[in-house]
Amino acid sequence: MSVDVATLDSHPEEDHVLPTRQHITGFGFYIYLLSDGILFAALFAAFAVLRGATDGGPDSHALFSARNALIETACLLTSSFTCGMAMLACDRRNRIMTLVGFLVTAALGVMFITLEVREFSDLIARGAGPDRSAFLSSFFTLVSTHGIHVTCGLIWLMVLLAQFLGRGFTSAMVRRFLCFSLFWHVLDVVWIAIFTFVYLIGGYL
Amino acid sequence: MTNQLHDPRRENRYTPGLETRGSHGSWRGYVIGYVLAILLTIAAFAIAPAKNMAPFSIEAALVVLAVAQMLVHLIFFLHISTAPEQKTNILAFTATMLIIGIVVIGSLWIMSHLASNMMPMDRVMNMQR
Repeated sequence: MSVDVATLDSHPEEDHVLPTRQHITGFGFYIYLLSDGILFAALFAAFAVLRGATDGGPDSHALFSARNALIETACLLTSSFTCGMAMLACDRRNRIMTLVGFLVTAALGVMFITLEVREFSDLIARGAGPDRSAFLSSFFTLVSTHGIHVTCGLIWLMVLLAQFLGRGFTSAMVRRFLCFSLFWHVLDVVWIAIFTFVYLIGGYL
Repeated sequence: MTNQLHDPRRENRYTPGLETRGSHGSWRGYVIGYVLAILLTIAAFAIAPAKNMAPFSIEAALVVLAVAQMLVHLIFFLHISTAPEQKTNILAFTATMLIIGIVVIGSLWIMSHLASNMMPMDRVMNMQR
């Protein structure tokens, strides 16, 4: 198996080979994703610090539904898997399977966002909006930052698929799909932290 | 549908030396990762409401399950490994983990000390009168 994540380090036996455009873009994108991780870490820290600052309003036990979080997790995890399947089809230059894989990924992403928007509007309708307490401000900031990332990812994916239908497997297209799949997998990793620390530890403990 | 990769008219649209086939792991790797992630998720959601465990041990179990699932994602979906050709990636990843650790643990530590050193709110109110 060759290099998986794009990297600037060359193979030992290929020291004379310069890094390709794909390696450089992939590595730069990887650095962006790590910095995104630091952004989320700061929001997690704020949420953890402000967890008890409910100002007499509803606390995390009263608000969060683990059932909803479980369905959202299932959507996002499965979409990460189908995104991987689409990338494998992309490796084999299988046009139909790439398209189907990414469309399923997008559909599951839309389901995730729909569930999250429904949950948010339900909370706001119950008087637990982001303006109620510091705890709810930090909750909405953290979870909706993730949701905005997913929404941007969906728009990005739609643009990519439109380009893909017109252009097919050009090297630029493959590079963009690679960056998108890295982005999508990382969003799923961030979601693991959200459902654990916000919905499970916050909701039950 | 024509196979565009071998269409000579399109040959100039590919960067020379850029070969990406077979570079995203295998079908098996994704299935193993997906199954492991499902099992870890179910375990986390099953343990969280447990009544016969101390809250601290539930919390510890949930954190361990979350870290395990993140590792599953990193290894099986993002294909991060300790292979020598990924040295730069691992270095950047480790540095990021260090910063995340400092940000999260540092914030919690400082803010809890700050909270315990704060004057109770009713006394602050009395002083303002």
